[in-house]
Amino acid sequence: MKGNEAMAEAAIQAGCDAYFGYPITPQSEVLEYLAKEMPKHGRVVLQAESEVASINMIYGAAGAGFRTMTSSSSPGISLMQEGISYIAGAELPCLIANVNRAGPGLGTIQPGQGDYFQATKGGGHGDYRLIVLAPSSVQEMADFVFLGFDLADKYRNPVMILSDGAIGQMMEKVTFGKFKPKKVDKPWATVGKPETRERNFITSLHIKSEDMEKHVEHIYRKYDEVKKNEVRYEEILTDDAEYLLAAYGLSARICHKAVNMLREKGIKAGLIRPITLFPFPEERINQLADKMKIILTVEMNTGQMVEDVRLSVNGKVPVHFFGRFGGMIPDPDEIVNKLENLINKNHAL
Amino acid sequence: MRSEEHTLVEEELISKKDEPVNKSAEITNTPESITAEEHLIAEKPRCLDEDYEMVYHKPKTMVDVSMHYCPGCAHSLLHKLIMEAVDELGIQDKTIGVAPVGCAVFAYDYMNIDMTEAAHGRASATATGIKRLLPDSYVFTYQGDGDLAAIGIAETIHTINRGENIAIFFMNNAVYGMTSGQMAPTSLIGMKTTTSPYGRDVHEYGEPIKVSELISHLPGSFYVTRQAVNSATAVRKAKKAIMNAFKYQKLNKGTCFVEIIGNCPSNWKMTPLEASKFIDSEMIKVFPLGDIKLPKGEDLKLLEEVK
Repeated sequence: MKGNEAMAEAAIQAGCDAYFGYPITPQSEVLEYLAKEMPKHGRVVLQAESEVASINMIYGAAGAGFRTMTSSSSPGISLMQEGISYIAGAELPCLIANVNRAGPGLGTIQPGQGDYFQATKGGGHGDYRLIVLAPSSVQEMADFVFLGFDLADKYRNPVMILSDGAIGQMMEKVTFGKFKPKKVDKPWATVGKPETRERNFITSLHIKSEDMEKHVEHIYRKYDEVKKNEVRYEEILTDDAEYLLAAYGLSARICHKAVNMLREKGIKAGLIRPITLFPFPEERINQLADKMKIILTVEMNTGQMVEDVRLSVNGKVPVHFFGRFGGMIPDPDEIVNKLENLINKNHAL
Repeated sequence: MRSEEHTLVEEELISKKDEPVNKSAEITNTPESITAEEHLIAEKPRCLDEDYEMVYHKPKTMVDVSMHYCPGCAHSLLHKLIMEAVDELGIQDKTIGVAPVGCAVFAYDYMNIDMTEAAHGRASATATGIKRLLPDSYVFTYQGDGDLAAIGIAETIHTINRGENIAIFFMNNAVYGMTSGQMAPTSLIGMKTTTSPYGRDVHEYGEPIKVSELISHLPGSFYVTRQAVNSATAVRKAKKAIMNAFKYQKLNKGTCFVEIIGNCPSNWKMTPLEASKFIDSEMIKVFPLGDIKLPKGEDLKLLEEVK
């Protein structure tokens, strides 16, 4: 199955009530798959007139208490930012998938990781965060849909799956059935006011500064909970490692290969792969930094996650960066060379 | 404002009733502290339930608070008419409203129904999301001219072209009210606003956009009408149009679009009375009132069912 199709099938199995989307390469398969399959399950699927419209359809449907999802790729995700900000401000759960392509601007349809900042630092206007999951395989494209919906419902916050054009398009074996859809009560939803309760309204507007400050404080207390409970990462050969690679998504797969190559050369390399980009595994990276000589962050951009790695390490060891961008994918050899050069330079000092 | 005054008057009356002193004596003793209005009320016999029949009251679908709207503004009337319709049709538990960005951004403070406050221009997309998931509910958007006809024109056209079974209530007062009177896509030629200080120039900005006429050509629109609320007759007609827009939703035949030519005395720099007259003398020359698209043929039979 293609990564995009796995995500779409997972949406159906995770009980997604409605999908609203707009075609864009390299993620159109999600909309195509769901346009075919959702009606068979009596679910709602709609091709909107723009990403601006689709995210606002999500806003309406999520506000009415339904499990909703949209997906797009970088330029389309930019168009959604206003709506995402409203959704975060109004505390609605929903799932947004970004099959990242390389930019800026129209950029290229080839894979990239240039949307890390946009995804993890809010993206739209105002103070908010998304919970960001970064799959590095087709299996995870499917699994994170279940996880994403559950986290969105649990924290009443939008969740983003930050993937890229390569994982969206690659074909791998996928197994389903590991997760079951969870249904959550949503007494706040706008479904029509019975006489037995007060009216519900969905809004991100708090015109008095005192109220708005309280609201943002409330949202940020929620993020503290997210940071406490939901940090996820994978470690490869970090137990005895002296050199640490840090990478997510597709870059992490390539780094895994590079770690194996380095180990064959007798270099004690390891890998940390953040699975949640927000919340970021800062504590774990800080601990690992204690026994590392060098940390090298590898990304398909000009250096974005490296800033979070540096903040986590807090100056304990040098944190270096290697990146390919513009749709280019780093080669394991390049990563091995980069680390070897850094090690040699370190020795020379 | 009106409701608050009434409450105050009632409190006053109650307190007076409890006092054993002679009313007329009290009035002559303290002429300075009582306003002319209060004086009048105090002189009148108290309105007792058993003596009078209640012929008019706020619908229970309105929240009993004072509104933020300016005196003479059309919004408060349109809010009330929509909520009266919801009340009279008995659909409060099935109605979901979508508020815009603009003066009516606080509509959910006044309408006692479930509501969502949408992003600027996106109300019809948000309403689409709700209605597609809750097809048996009554969904409406409430939008102004800047919201619906400028930033949200794409969503408006596509929502109606899909024939979403929602009602759109479009308040056209030819200015951006909330941001204090900038030029709107519906501002009249020559109209002076804060962003067209020399009057709207047709060469710079084109003619005011006639949304009702535009969308009436889309097959997805089922009922399109343009009304006003600047006289008692106009209000009654507008109410009927709003009732229709809700009733027709049951038919699942497409979007019902009710444009209201609204008074905006504050931003037109007029008194409420002048603003009402301005609608009759100028606004309806460009935006003529009346039905623009009515159900035809087979659909007419269906209408009998919902009556």
